[in-house]
Amino acid sequence: MKRKLLPVAAVLAAALAFPALAQKKYDPGASDTEIKIGNTNPYSGPASAYGAIGKAINAYFRMVNERGGINGRKVNFISYDDGYSPPKTVEMVRKLVEQDEVLLLFQSLGTPSNTAIQKYMNAKKVPQLFVATGATKWNDAKSFPWTMGWQPNYQTEARIYARHILQTKPNAKIAVLYQNDDYGKDYLKGFKDGLGPQHQKMIVAEASYEVSEPTVDSQILQLKSSGADVFFNITTPKFAAQAIRAAYDTGWKPTHYLNNVSNSVGSVLKPAGLEKAVGIITSAYVKDPTDKRWANDPAMKTWREFMAKYNPDGDLSDPFNVYGYSVAATLEQVLKQCGDTLTRDNVMKQAASLKRFRIDTLLPGIAISTGPNDYAPIEAMQLERFNGHEFELFGEVISNEQ
Amino acid sequence: MSKKVVTVTILLIAAACVLPFVVSNYRTFQLTLVLVYAIALLGLNILTGYNGQISLGHGAFYAIGAYTAAMLMDQAGMPYWATIPIAGAVCLLAGFLFGLPALRLEGLYLALATFALAVSMPPILKSHLLERWSGGVQGIVIVKPDPPAFLADVGIKLNPDQWLYYFALAIALVLFVIGWNLIYGRIGRALIAIRDHHTAAEAMGINTALYKSLAFGVSAMYTGIAGALGAIAVQFVAPDSFTVFLSITLLVGIVVGGLASLSGAIYGALFIQFVPNIADELSKAAPWAVFGIFLIGFVYLMPTGVAGAMRALLGRLGRGKLSPPKEALP
Repeated sequence: MKRKLLPVAAVLAAALAFPALAQKKYDPGASDTEIKIGNTNPYSGPASAYGAIGKAINAYFRMVNERGGINGRKVNFISYDDGYSPPKTVEMVRKLVEQDEVLLLFQSLGTPSNTAIQKYMNAKKVPQLFVATGATKWNDAKSFPWTMGWQPNYQTEARIYARHILQTKPNAKIAVLYQNDDYGKDYLKGFKDGLGPQHQKMIVAEASYEVSEPTVDSQILQLKSSGADVFFNITTPKFAAQAIRAAYDTGWKPTHYLNNVSNSVGSVLKPAGLEKAVGIITSAYVKDPTDKRWANDPAMKTWREFMAKYNPDGDLSDPFNVYGYSVAATLEQVLKQCGDTLTRDNVMKQAASLKRFRIDTLLPGIAISTGPNDYAPIEAMQLERFNGHEFELFGEVISNEQ
Repeated sequence: MSKKVVTVTILLIAAACVLPFVVSNYRTFQLTLVLVYAIALLGLNILTGYNGQISLGHGAFYAIGAYTAAMLMDQAGMPYWATIPIAGAVCLLAGFLFGLPALRLEGLYLALATFALAVSMPPILKSHLLERWSGGVQGIVIVKPDPPAFLADVGIKLNPDQWLYYFALAIALVLFVIGWNLIYGRIGRALIAIRDHHTAAEAMGINTALYKSLAFGVSAMYTGIAGALGAIAVQFVAPDSFTVFLSITLLVGIVVGGLASLSGAIYGALFIQFVPNIADELSKAAPWAVFGIFLIGFVYLMPTGVAGAMRALLGRLGRGKLSPPKEALP
């Protein structure tokens, strides 16, 4: 009797076990209980202000774990300090991939750091997901299928300004100041693409500066003398403050567009002089934690509660904390969609199939959409204008989504 | 060199050869970096330890070496191994030329002048004059070298990490032997004499100007070769990789490892490679504070560096003061 039943039992057992095996699939870094996620951030060194992002993400996943994790699995967020030094990033990322065996790398920060590891990640076929840099090259699904950006890239942003100029001042004479590096040229390219073929006629003056230069005063004088009535200011915070002040002091009154990189009231507009910055137009995609309009916004209330409970040392006026929260929420969604198939392949597949996913700390109307050939998650921004105290959003959300 | 030292050295080299087969690829990569740092520290030690000239700017020579290798590979399509001697030669010249005006500067003033060199290196690398070759802010991505085909033909199978480790080990050995010959010969005695008493050295007929510039050049050459190897190991160069902090790290390395000591370069390299990682694991909030505590601890407990402490320890063991009585051994 027993003998006869044995094969039946075996078949039954196999039948029961097989679908379970088919359902659950894991790559290194994932198991029934845990998902390992790697990250590098500059907690020390010249760019340590960005370290707030890593801390906010860590706090976010602690909250997720307290809620019970993602599909029942706890997130193990392993973050190392790279001090914004590319060789250190290479070393730490190799540690994450080869020794800690993380499922994916998330939000590694900095354009040079990510450039240093991009080839490695793609050769190893480990996701380099939602990198923390705005360069356009992170949206190249064809050449680097394992690397994806998150925030609107510089070209997208510049195209949004170009579109606004074409709508409001079709006969504008435009002057451009840009930092002479990848970042500045990325913006300039997007801006020219956005203006279309008439950019040669519209842009009457271009001036660039090196990061090593002490001031941009002479460039501003040169741009002013061109007689331009629109000024596109592609500068990092220190130079942005100088440019705003110099333009005002020389009596040049153009319509002033300032890139998102430098739209901080505290560290750019205040040093320049708030009254000199009135009327500046820039763009945003996350809710500004200091903006009074969001004082009673339920999403920002939830965010403040999260900060109080999980990230009490974090600065409540620091937009990086909203950024970290939002990007971590995006990863949570991707991992939720992965279900029980926690393979690196599926992580990229799910990351590339977000359909109008909303995070309520992003500005209303901005949603995240990706596709197998669309590796640019956020492609919409809203314009805002400085009123002397704070930025005021105006107009519609402008999207660059194809 | 006594027989004991020779035996220990041979044993250490044998151990270094076995290591990549024992540890993971990631560790092998870290050990390659240790070798790279050891070469750079040896170079700095020739200048600072043996010749008494303080340099806060050796990160700049490291950068020049790294960029020379990267640009030759990227622009001229040169094989990686051929770039190493060129990087060394370029840095030898750069160091010698920098050493000439630096002759007029003593002690802290020289430290400041070299500091300026380190500070100005990232902006120079970013400047648009060099951008066509240097890749500007974006830097240059280098392809990882594969082990040569002849190794596979004779049946030795190495992965790229292991191969690079042996490549670095071979270069490090050659450079250490050259360094040993240099230091324990006529030139070394001249360098030390200049360090200890400048006027007396001159009175003895040593051409101090020549020797000091030469020390600068040779020191820069070592560091440049290290930079080229480091670039090949990391497969990427960018201006942000070579900030002034690198120069300070190198100086920390020779002080912790032991000034005027060849073996000190290896201890120092181990320190600057691994202690920051340990500090980061101990505290996310203030990794450099932890690093500082380590540093103070080392300097306080071993004022002559790890090499000095080892020497003292071995000396005592040799004299039998510290060695336990023989009958106590099992």
